[in-house]
Amino acid sequence: MIEVKNIEKSFGGIKILKGVSTVFETGKTNLIIGQSGSGKTVMLKSLLGIHTPESGTISFDGRIYSELAPDEKRDLRTEIGMVFQGSALFDSMTVAENVGFPLKMFTKDNNSKIQERVDFVLKRVNLTDAHKKLPSEISGGMQKRVAIARAIVNNPKYLFCDEPNSGLDPNTAILIDNLIKEITEEYNITTVINTHDMNSVMEIGEKILFLKDGLKAWEGTKEEIFRTDNEAVVAFVYSSNLFKKVREAYLKE
Amino acid sequence: MMLIRYITQIGRYFLMLKEIFNKQTKWSVMRNLIFKEIDDLIIGSLGIVAFISFFVGGVVAIQTALNLTNPLIPKYLIGFATRQSVILEFAPTFISVIMAGKMGSFITSSIGTMRVTEQIDALEVMGVNSLNYLVFPKIIALLLYPFVIGISMFLGVLGGWMAGVYGGFTSSDEFINGAQLDFIPFHIVYAFLKTLIFAMLLATIPSFHGYYMKGGALEVGRASTVSFVWTSVTIITFNYILTQLLLGS
Ligand SMILES: Nc1ncnc2c1ncn2[C@@H]1O[C@H](COP(=O)(O)OP(=O)(O)OP(=O)(O)O)[C@@H](O)[C@H]1O
Ligand SMILES: [Mg+2]
Repeated sequence: MIEVKNIEKSFGGIKILKGVSTVFETGKTNLIIGQSGSGKTVMLKSLLGIHTPESGTISFDGRIYSELAPDEKRDLRTEIGMVFQGSALFDSMTVAENVGFPLKMFTKDNNSKIQERVDFVLKRVNLTDAHKKLPSEISGGMQKRVAIARAIVNNPKYLFCDEPNSGLDPNTAILIDNLIKEITEEYNITTVINTHDMNSVMEIGEKILFLKDGLKAWEGTKEEIFRTDNEAVVAFVYSSNLFKKVREAYLKE
Repeated sequence: MMLIRYITQIGRYFLMLKEIFNKQTKWSVMRNLIFKEIDDLIIGSLGIVAFISFFVGGVVAIQTALNLTNPLIPKYLIGFATRQSVILEFAPTFISVIMAGKMGSFITSSIGTMRVTEQIDALEVMGVNSLNYLVFPKIIALLLYPFVIGISMFLGVLGGWMAGVYGGFTSSDEFINGAQLDFIPFHIVYAFLKTLIFAMLLATIPSFHGYYMKGGALEVGRASTVSFVWTSVTIITFNYILTQLLLGS
């Protein structure tokens, strides 16, 4: 469980997060949704300690991040898996080396054991023939899947995904969503996902935090999101419906 | 305002140096990183260093010869002047300034690219000390930098000898006599001491500019240029101070 209390973060005097509080539950897929520029990535990076919030606290199962010693912070981070919006694969390493990297750094496993685990997670993300390729030699969607494999390879307790399925075709997108949900339940992970994809919300939105202009505008489950009369939420969901209808019309032509 | 910014930057630079040595990366991983840096930074520079040293050494000899118009000045001065200028300044200082361009922009752009594509964040999120992971192997690899300069010194003098002898400016014996004249062992100590200090500047200043850069691909290019300017300015400044301290008085 990750408890966020009143975090604020600004860049160059402009407040991006204006005091957000919430709880991300263990074993569930927690979604942060909101328009582009609403502060989702900043929120996620603040949770990870990449950005340091000016105020507020973040506690990982009782461990308050800002009060930990540097070494304790690093230890906590080895329990975290992160999928960056742009994948952030190490471009000097092959796919297999990327995925095996956290194991090589933080476990005592020998090479054959690492190899085995890498094969296993790459199979889980449906990538079986890219082991020896460099990130520059595979497609964006494949890079995303490698990034997911790398994030889950060391059995994280906390999994953060910044738009894990943006830029993927609908099939793969659903596959990735379901994969993350399955892993979350199977290993009882606290998973936080950024998205502006309504499909994902409907598939895996067990708990949804709606950000607008750096504030928590709404919070609830996927069942609730279609019934709420919160104006901001309705506007957000409707805009995506509109998009769907435009697409339907386009396909009929 | 400018001054405050420079002082802040220098402070940050020293904090970075401290952080590099904080939490060490596993040796089995670090070993491979060091070999890779030796390959990229040291082996990869030998060709250009050899080429420049040989020909500049030759030019120094020719220039000296051409300026010795007075028949009373002995010819062995050609060898002597070549040796002095190559060993004391050309190899340690000017090769280092060239390396600030070659190695330095390579270091800044590779670390800077990792910064803008969030690879450094990815390392940090995993719990890796990214400064140790990225910069420490470069520092260790550059402990071999004095060998590069040693090669440069040798080839510079050799180039001078070839140009002098085959250009018909001096005889081989005269040149070698000159090259051995008034040899002061401390000059070698001085040359390699400053080489080692330049090596540390070459490893850390470009890393600093890459690591703390902000922005995108365009800024990576700009950071490389800024990094070259600062690395070479620092090398030249340190050269002056060290020369004053070690040879002056
Ligand atoms: N490092 C930074 N420095 C300055 N401003 C930033 C930085 N990171 C984000 N911002 C600003 O914070 C705001 C929110 O950005 P953020 O990346 O969190 O949006 P987002 O909700 O993730 O959008 P998207 O869905 O497009 O990814 C933007 O206005 C952005 O300009
Ligand atoms: Mg984002």
